[in-house]
Amino acid sequence: MSGPSTYTPKYAFTRWMDSRLPIIRMSSDFMGFPSPRNLNYWYAFGAILALCLVTQILTGVILAMHYTPTIDGAFDSVQRIKRDVNFGWLIQPIHAVGASMFFLAVYVHMFRGLYYGSYKAPRELLWIIGCVIYLLMMAVGFLGYTLPWGQMSFWGATVITGFFGAIPVVGESLQQWLLGGYAVDNATLQRFFSLHFVLPFVIAALVGLHIWAVHHTGQNNPVGVSPKTKSDTLSFHPYYTVKDAFAVAVFMMIFAAFVFYLPDALGHADNYQRADPMKTPPHIVPEWYFLPFYAILRAVPDKLMGILLMGAAIAVLFVLPWLDTSKVRSMRFRPIAKWAFLIFLINSFILGWCGAESPDNMVFSVGENAKGEPMGMNFLWLSRITTAYYFAFFLLILPILGLVEKPKARPQSITQSVLGDKHGDDH
Amino acid sequence: MSDTLNTHQDGQVSVEDPAKRDFIYIATGAAAAVGMGAVAWPLVNQMGPAADTLAAGSIEIDISKVEEGQQLKMLWRGKPVFVRHRTPKEIAVAEALDITDLRDPATDGSRLIENAQGKLDPKILVMIGVCTHFGCIPVGEAGDFDGWYCPCHGSHYDTSGRIRKGPAPRNLDIPPYAYLSDTIIKVG
Repeated sequence: MSGPSTYTPKYAFTRWMDSRLPIIRMSSDFMGFPSPRNLNYWYAFGAILALCLVTQILTGVILAMHYTPTIDGAFDSVQRIKRDVNFGWLIQPIHAVGASMFFLAVYVHMFRGLYYGSYKAPRELLWIIGCVIYLLMMAVGFLGYTLPWGQMSFWGATVITGFFGAIPVVGESLQQWLLGGYAVDNATLQRFFSLHFVLPFVIAALVGLHIWAVHHTGQNNPVGVSPKTKSDTLSFHPYYTVKDAFAVAVFMMIFAAFVFYLPDALGHADNYQRADPMKTPPHIVPEWYFLPFYAILRAVPDKLMGILLMGAAIAVLFVLPWLDTSKVRSMRFRPIAKWAFLIFLINSFILGWCGAESPDNMVFSVGENAKGEPMGMNFLWLSRITTAYYFAFFLLILPILGLVEKPKARPQSITQSVLGDKHGDDH
Repeated sequence: MSDTLNTHQDGQVSVEDPAKRDFIYIATGAAAAVGMGAVAWPLVNQMGPAADTLAAGSIEIDISKVEEGQQLKMLWRGKPVFVRHRTPKEIAVAEALDITDLRDPATDGSRLIENAQGKLDPKILVMIGVCTHFGCIPVGEAGDFDGWYCPCHGSHYDTSGRIRKGPAPRNLDIPPYAYLSDTIIKVG
């Protein structure tokens, strides 16, 4: 934790505890952690994500009590949970919708970090631990989607494990090692269940490191200026516990709306069909949170290149702290970077749209050619353009802008940014 | 220790041969590394295909039931095998193609095997029905070349199962198979 501890044990028991296992001191310092006074609601997503993780682990452990991880039992056991198990109708959708909510929150959290420069020194490791958590979340999300053993489960697993088959020389052996056979089968389902169960606990451990790191460096804030005086910060409790609690309540309302009114809206109807290794669904799409990467995968016609590009799209996040050359953290004070970020945000949505569509479909058509085929832009080309911008943002725009952009004047302190000059550093 | 440590006359103790100690460190480290590897290997290797999976070997298919223009799909090692009885037109198109510009050049004949009479029978085409891109099952009599079309990422195969358009790197694979008689083939 940052700075010396301010806790003084008041009672005989707390003094006894404090000299043996100072866990009360740790909690007290945690709750009193000096947080920048200007944190806005975008900073509430850390608390929201903590709630998501706890929700997923709790509902997941319960579902595992009723789930059968075999190819003959999986589909029926999930249906049985939904129909027959007491409150299964509630717990199963919370887990399924919860995955989407988890990703929704993590994307907001990541875009917030991107905009306010939360990856810059001294928070590089904090950001990288976050990237590892995100990578594990993608693995867990994918593994979990396989478990209901519907058509999308099966074919999604087939396509994703097929990525490994593209690796030269060792690919096929590696793929068979992952699958435990020649194709996605019972061995695959059982190991996916095992890993889906255990990896969230690894995520929880990494979240511990993530929080440790943020308590060591202190939180970033919307102006990106580090706290200097006591008036720049507020105690985490009650100021941010209350603010986070309000954000969590709003988030839970959205969560509940999906659970109770649209439990299947974020899934795919084909997953209500039992997995059939003899029949591929006409249109395989991953879950919405993978769509932008799916679009990048399909943007190039070469199998290995597509996978490398998709891997690079995630790998580039890990080196972001060293790609952005600007000394200014918050994009509030970066007039050009701000617009590049906005385009990047829209670009990400368009990539997701491309991922959901068939590459040959037309975005818009302008007449027909001699053969009567529509002319114009198809989704393949749209995904190529947006993929190019995705990488250009990280590999060209951020490195170059830091050198050529003239940032706006930044406030001298957080207090000044909140209260203006007259209240400056007067207390 | 007495042979490596020496008490000097002034009372200081020194190591006579430091290289001996380096050897002990390296030997200990090497033994530990080998031991860790020996423990790790079973933990890694257990994930590979099990003996019963590897043993689930071969199937026999009666091709006389497949009429001209029909395709039979059989499950072999968890994957579908296509047995296509091709029409004369499909055969003619497949044989007439100039293969020099193909991504995975192969003549139509190279994708067939000798039947019980020792002749290539272009009517019966046997392939693993798994797209070489990411493993989806292509749809028959579809795509730009009226062969197979993979709905996942838009790979087009011709009537010989050769990749002609789209992201797949290879032609549809031919499984190991043999004619047991005029009408029975054994796959695997």
